[in-house]
Amino acid sequence: MHSFTYHRPVNVKAAQALLAKAKDASLLAGGQTLIPSLKLRLTDFDNIVDLKAIKGLDKIEVKGKNLLIGALATHGAVATSAVVKRAIPALAKLAGMIGDPAVRNVGTIGGSVANNDPAADYPGALLALNATVITSKRKIPADKFFKGLFETALGKGEIILQVSFPIPKKAGYAKFRNPASRFALVGVFVADDGKTARAAVTGAGEQGVFRSKELEAALKKGFKPESVAGVKVSANGLNSDIHAAADYRAHLIGVMAKRAIEAAA
Amino acid sequence: MTSTVTGIGAAVRRKEDQRFITGQGHYTDDIRREGQLHAYFLRSPHPHATIKKIDTAKAEKMPGVAAVLTGVELAADKIGNLICGWAISSKDGSPMNMGPHPALAQGKVRHVGDQVAVVIAETLNQAKDAAAAIDVDYAVLTAVADPAKARDPKAAQIHDNAPKNTIYEWSLGDQAATDAAFKNAKHVTRLKIINNRMIPNAIEPRAAIGDYDAGTDSSTLWVTSQNPHVHRLVMAAFMGLAPENKFRVIAPDVGGGFGSKIFIYAEESVCLWAAKRLKRPVRWTGERSESFQTDAHGRDHVTSAELALDAGGKILGLRVKTIANLGAYMSTFSSSVPTYLYATLLSGQYDIPAIYCEVDAVYTNTVPVDAYRGAGRPEACYVIERLMEVAARELHVDPAELRRKNFIRKFPHQTPVIMAYDIGDHDATLKKALEIADVKGFGQRKQEASRRGKLLGLGYSTYIEACGIAPSAAVGSLGAGVGLWESAEVRVNPTGSVEILTGSHSHGQGHETTFAQLVCERLGIPIEQVTIVHGDTDKVQFGMGTYGSRSGPVGMTAIVKALDKIEAKAKKIAGHLLEASPGDIEFKNGKFTVAGTDKSLAFGEVALAAYVGHKFPTNEIEPGLKEGSFYDPTNFTFPSGCHICEVEIDPETGHTKIARWTAVDDFGVLINPMIVEGQVHGGIAQGIGQALLENCVYDDDAQLVTGSYMDYTMPRADDLPSFNVGTTVTKCPSNPLGIKGCGEAGAIAAPVALINAVTDAVGSEDITMPATAQTVWQAIQKTHRQRKAAE
Repeated sequence: MHSFTYHRPVNVKAAQALLAKAKDASLLAGGQTLIPSLKLRLTDFDNIVDLKAIKGLDKIEVKGKNLLIGALATHGAVATSAVVKRAIPALAKLAGMIGDPAVRNVGTIGGSVANNDPAADYPGALLALNATVITSKRKIPADKFFKGLFETALGKGEIILQVSFPIPKKAGYAKFRNPASRFALVGVFVADDGKTARAAVTGAGEQGVFRSKELEAALKKGFKPESVAGVKVSANGLNSDIHAAADYRAHLIGVMAKRAIEAAA
Repeated sequence: MTSTVTGIGAAVRRKEDQRFITGQGHYTDDIRREGQLHAYFLRSPHPHATIKKIDTAKAEKMPGVAAVLTGVELAADKIGNLICGWAISSKDGSPMNMGPHPALAQGKVRHVGDQVAVVIAETLNQAKDAAAAIDVDYAVLTAVADPAKARDPKAAQIHDNAPKNTIYEWSLGDQAATDAAFKNAKHVTRLKIINNRMIPNAIEPRAAIGDYDAGTDSSTLWVTSQNPHVHRLVMAAFMGLAPENKFRVIAPDVGGGFGSKIFIYAEESVCLWAAKRLKRPVRWTGERSESFQTDAHGRDHVTSAELALDAGGKILGLRVKTIANLGAYMSTFSSSVPTYLYATLLSGQYDIPAIYCEVDAVYTNTVPVDAYRGAGRPEACYVIERLMEVAARELHVDPAELRRKNFIRKFPHQTPVIMAYDIGDHDATLKKALEIADVKGFGQRKQEASRRGKLLGLGYSTYIEACGIAPSAAVGSLGAGVGLWESAEVRVNPTGSVEILTGSHSHGQGHETTFAQLVCERLGIPIEQVTIVHGDTDKVQFGMGTYGSRSGPVGMTAIVKALDKIEAKAKKIAGHLLEASPGDIEFKNGKFTVAGTDKSLAFGEVALAAYVGHKFPTNEIEPGLKEGSFYDPTNFTFPSGCHICEVEIDPETGHTKIARWTAVDDFGVLINPMIVEGQVHGGIAQGIGQALLENCVYDDDAQLVTGSYMDYTMPRADDLPSFNVGTTVTKCPSNPLGIKGCGEAGAIAAPVALINAVTDAVGSEDITMPATAQTVWQAIQKTHRQRKAAE
């Protein structure tokens, strides 16, 4: 890795001040993508601003009809949180399916959402649950947050503080893993808020996470597995690689949607 | 021999594991030398290119840089090329076309990861920074990765002396007799087979430290090697890196090899050479991405195979044509793997009157390919066992029954492809495996799975392999540049404790335990009093190392021969001490006894007397108690057995779950059944890896697609079932212990059992390794389409 200056602010204000001042800076949360990338010299920054000394950014709570998860909450914390399990059990299950225990004990929801890896799990949950990303500057609805591969609506110096999830009536997640990396080859998150059902797909899209028009149309027949049985998902815009051609991914989207609904709680 | 708590046959816990699992192991990268420098290799990003110019001026001036070296300096110092030590001739008698393989590129790069230059600096980061400042002017050439396309006249020409990228066109067997057998056949089964390319992935990456003592003009190399003496021999005799008598090679604890650490590589050669140039130690530890790009890969065959049968299902003949990919350069033993380690095992467990096999070895712009766990034998087993399974399905006979019909039952048995099988009982291993696997209940399980929407399949592999390589004269006549004997030295200390110096090398096999068990059994001393010394050319005089499941049958037999000499000499000394003729001395349970009396001495007492030298005539019997042996085996050994795999496939996703795995092996006498079982488990895991998960993929431009664990699928614990293992025993007649070797059996037997099961479940033979979910799903779709079209 190249040399850099390491900063460890103790509050959001100080972090913002550092970002405003420092040239070529990156935020560091759990570091599960950033640190390996630095080590492999795939990326380098003059300044690294570590957020982990900021207290309270890992809080998980229910306020009104929303589940609020602090940006620094680890996947392990979300997976085991009684609050999350009660409010949105599918989200706890999703967090427990990320990486391995070592990753889950360090990786954070804020880092995952900000990184917007096309095979990450959380972005699908945010889209399907119609979540809102709360930053140091504003509130961004999930539909407007994810902008393509590793791209988000976050501006320069903007820090994710919380993600707010409206508590649905039912939600479910099913993932078919890439056999090598164990990231999602196809992950489908489905949610029913009592009025409408949303379905988001991760791992499969050429431009990263997306809501599936075909699935959401099919779910108008009711939030049940039979609604999506036999639904034809288009392979247009889906990834093809050595692990899965686009048509196989399209097929798996249907299968995972059915299994997500079966597992929904 | 009797079984004791620590003797032969006892499941002794591995002595070495305490240090491994508590972080006390001593690996090459753990070693620090005063004044050491760090080497970092600049590697080619291109699969094929000429090097017009390398500008190192800027890099040389970077902080901490001691030297930037290229092929120019290597040539100036007259360092020899890396070599392949096994000469294979083509059918027409012409020698193989070995292209030059310099340790640093000279004028051309031939695969992604080829070494272009090395930076040696005070820190690794400084070396990396400087490497980024080297300016290489490449003229990129077209490249080829697919062995089936390598001989296309339009394909890239990789070595000047190998027209159409052909290394050799070799054959084995009787072509006329085989063709005649096919003319008489009532049924012929034909298959196209791809044996997929593997990346070895030992847990410890390769590493080296070169050191040079100017005062004594002597060199030391610490290196991750399965055979340190072979490293020293090749580097001294062929590369001219140091004279053998002033050159010590140490292979300390080594974390897995699977074959990949047999070979002599560029990096350790450069470390040693640079250390001498700079008069400072030079170290290198491979990063994982370098392992993917430089450790010799395995397998990579494209084969067409035909099996001729008569009306009753008896095999008449086998005809095989294989293209073997050896990569961009010929690695140390690469030439032997797809020839004498492959075609010689094509007879399997069957009485086949005529076999003919042709193998064309080709260069491609890929990492060199060489021996990988099983080395040639998994490929052979895959060919014959796929053919048997498919033939049984085509003839509508039980695959177990077709095998039984063709089993060899009379031993010794001379196959048409060199090997003379000495012993085995294939009916016994098959019978036991059928019972353990509950094959009788399979039909019921298949129905039950079908009700759950799942597809169940059953696949067999009745394998045989040749281990204990090998009789020196035999391999010499086939082109080997070395003999494949093994050495041992037994040093008895005055206190009666024992050191065994062996030319075998343990890099996970547990020799410190199994070899000590042998000594316990023979000398009747506690296992704590036995130490196994290996991996250091200054301690062990010479040895051929560990590969080809040879350490048991060859390495341990050398110890037996040396122990025989110890016992003979100790009996003479005991005779003097007990005032009896040596012929009347019996040695049992650690005691020398005058036959028919209660006069006896413990082993330790005789050992002490041997060194004190007071009580026997030292002009007749030399003092001391130390003996050595060089043991050359008289035949290969032939482990064999039966694996049965049962899979459950989810047709919606194509995912294969292994429902049951049964392995019944005949390894002869077992020294430590727990370690043997561990070897079986590991071998099966690697075999399942190849058949279900692992695949080294190059794109059409010869770029390595699977260059990391993000894309190369290693088997994980949750991919594997619990294994049901059993053994049967026929004692190997060619060595006194009756042992056959067990290190590779799982990797040899497993892949084809799994594919036979998957193809059974899907109802299509058109599935190649690895049977990933996508591959299986596509095969299911194709089968559905074909059925619909037929309706």
